[in-house]
Amino acid sequence: MALAKITHIAGRAVCVPGNDIDTDRIIPARFMKCVTFDGLGEFLFRDVRQHPDGTAKAHPLNEPRFRGATILLSGSNFGCGSSREHAPQALQKHGFRAIIAESYAEIFFGNSTGLGIPCLSASREDIAKIAAAIDRDPQTEVVADVARQEIHFAGQIVPATIRESARDALVHGRWDPIGELLEGLPAVAGLAARLPYFAT
Amino acid sequence: MPKSLFQKVWEAHTLRRLANGQTQLLIGTHLIHEVTSPQAFGMLRDLGLKVAFPQRTFATVDHIIPTDQLTEPYRDPLAQAMMDELRRSCAEFGITFFDRASGRQGIVHIVGPEQGITQPGTTIACGDSHTSTHGAFGAIAFGIGTSQVRDVLATQTMALGALKVRRVSVNGHLRPGVYAKDVILHIIRTLGVNGGTGFAYEYGGEVFDRFTMEERMTVCNMSIEGGARVGYVNPDETTFVYLKGRPYSPQGAAWDAAVARWRATASDPGCHYDDFVTIDAKDIAPTVTWGINPGQAIAIGETIPDPAKTWAADEKASIEEALAYMKFQPGAPIKGTKIDVAFLGSCTNGRLSDFQEVARFLKGRRVASGVKAIAVPGSQIVALQCEKLGLDRVFANAGFEWRAAGCSMCLAMNPDKLVGDQLCASSSNRNFKGRQGSPTGRTLLMSPLMVAAAAVAGSVADAREVFGVNVS
Repeated sequence: MALAKITHIAGRAVCVPGNDIDTDRIIPARFMKCVTFDGLGEFLFRDVRQHPDGTAKAHPLNEPRFRGATILLSGSNFGCGSSREHAPQALQKHGFRAIIAESYAEIFFGNSTGLGIPCLSASREDIAKIAAAIDRDPQTEVVADVARQEIHFAGQIVPATIRESARDALVHGRWDPIGELLEGLPAVAGLAARLPYFAT
Repeated sequence: MPKSLFQKVWEAHTLRRLANGQTQLLIGTHLIHEVTSPQAFGMLRDLGLKVAFPQRTFATVDHIIPTDQLTEPYRDPLAQAMMDELRRSCAEFGITFFDRASGRQGIVHIVGPEQGITQPGTTIACGDSHTSTHGAFGAIAFGIGTSQVRDVLATQTMALGALKVRRVSVNGHLRPGVYAKDVILHIIRTLGVNGGTGFAYEYGGEVFDRFTMEERMTVCNMSIEGGARVGYVNPDETTFVYLKGRPYSPQGAAWDAAVARWRATASDPGCHYDDFVTIDAKDIAPTVTWGINPGQAIAIGETIPDPAKTWAADEKASIEEALAYMKFQPGAPIKGTKIDVAFLGSCTNGRLSDFQEVARFLKGRRVASGVKAIAVPGSQIVALQCEKLGLDRVFANAGFEWRAAGCSMCLAMNPDKLVGDQLCASSSNRNFKGRQGSPTGRTLLMSPLMVAAAAVAGSVADAREVFGVNVS
């Protein structure tokens, strides 16, 4: 089960502006009544995209010109709140393959990395520049370069950052740690035996 | 060299360094519930893996469970399906399941401590961000995603990077009518909803030294709302007294050895902290949120922020967004705001002492007409303890519906939901848009006594005035 080496993600982008966008907003709790993650993409950002009667609200994800975008732009503390992996799962199933935001909540960052979704951080000014470029031309190709920690768009390059452990895991195709953790399994019993509470 | 509790526990549970520089960390205790585990069990089956140490995982059902229906099948077939799935997985993999028939069911973060499963010096993980609650015992407790639930089930370990440690000290005396909930709302307001990113919060100081375990749990519970994935309090006599005699606590000679070990896990004097914050207890007032994240909070006597008075464009935008959603006027007092619903419960404030404290003042009072008030004990054991003390009657006589244990209206995955744009005075932990089950529902977070005061007054009120709490 070799994992893809995710060195960069290229595609069209859409900006969902705002800070502190929480995982309840990304996927409301009522859609977590499920025993698989299939189908979550449909409910992404449901309550900010639709009125309760099902009619559409004004939201970037509802704009036809941004349909098919694979890179999401946003503000600071993206993905705060609940630890629900349903949030990055919904983003991925909707078609997003990378996120560029000012900063991320800890658990969301880890959950996304584990699914092979790079979460790059960039400055507010640079994100605004990218957002302006895609607003002018939604066909603009944006390249989220994980390996080099930069973002390319409309002939420009701006710096980005990603925690080194995540960058390493993505670039080398070891973002899902289960294989490596299983390699360590034979040693677990030995460590556990040194912890009195574990045995009892 | 002196070490912090975080450092000691981290080192004792480190298996090895992974290729990307993260640590393969042993997770001593794994707690699961019905919402974030079914996909993890599915992944195990797909990969043909077993649960490595089934005796170190404990399950209960809390998020979807109806609080007004005790018998299965539940009216909501999706809820029943999740219940069935958890029951099946626990049976298949040999995991202890505290279901309703056990008499020990409840919110996972209430069940662990009351069973004595949560112990000092341990690592704990659970597919729920409020796992930080268990840090009250001096455990390092992580909220995790479903793939990590899989990792822990399959290997009893997970891949993590170490956190920095911020010591948050609260010194002096809390004023009457100010509770643990106000302390954490004040901390989040002060440090910001993302101020704790990358940190474990070590709470201490005179206020925490005096706090009961239940109060410590309330604070640690909401660490994640301040961005800190982990929050903890060093274990002390209060911790040991709480744990003694619980079903999973060590017994006999093992107890004495455990206490000696636990004592030694506390942070050493003079250990390194990456940051310090000191708060004076007398600066903390009964606190209420007015916006759409837990950091948007004010003291009960303050007014709702006015974006026109803020120069930072960022803050201005977030105040405007919150005011538009909450349908509040800038500069208006929060006190006197009419409420529709009062919710007492959740992993933050659904413990015996929460109901005891409210009942003390609620006796002989009535919920205002037009307010729907529900009281939801955090576990079957909490419910039973309350009922033995007659607290359920106090709540019922006051006009609260006394319900069965579960997460209930904190996140409204069961039938307990706000309707339309109802405004709810809530003892829970999140006031996000739509959090309480209606996409336009509105939440005001506050202490349990403040919830009761709002229920009685029919509007946001100062509990000290409503109930004559001595403020001198």
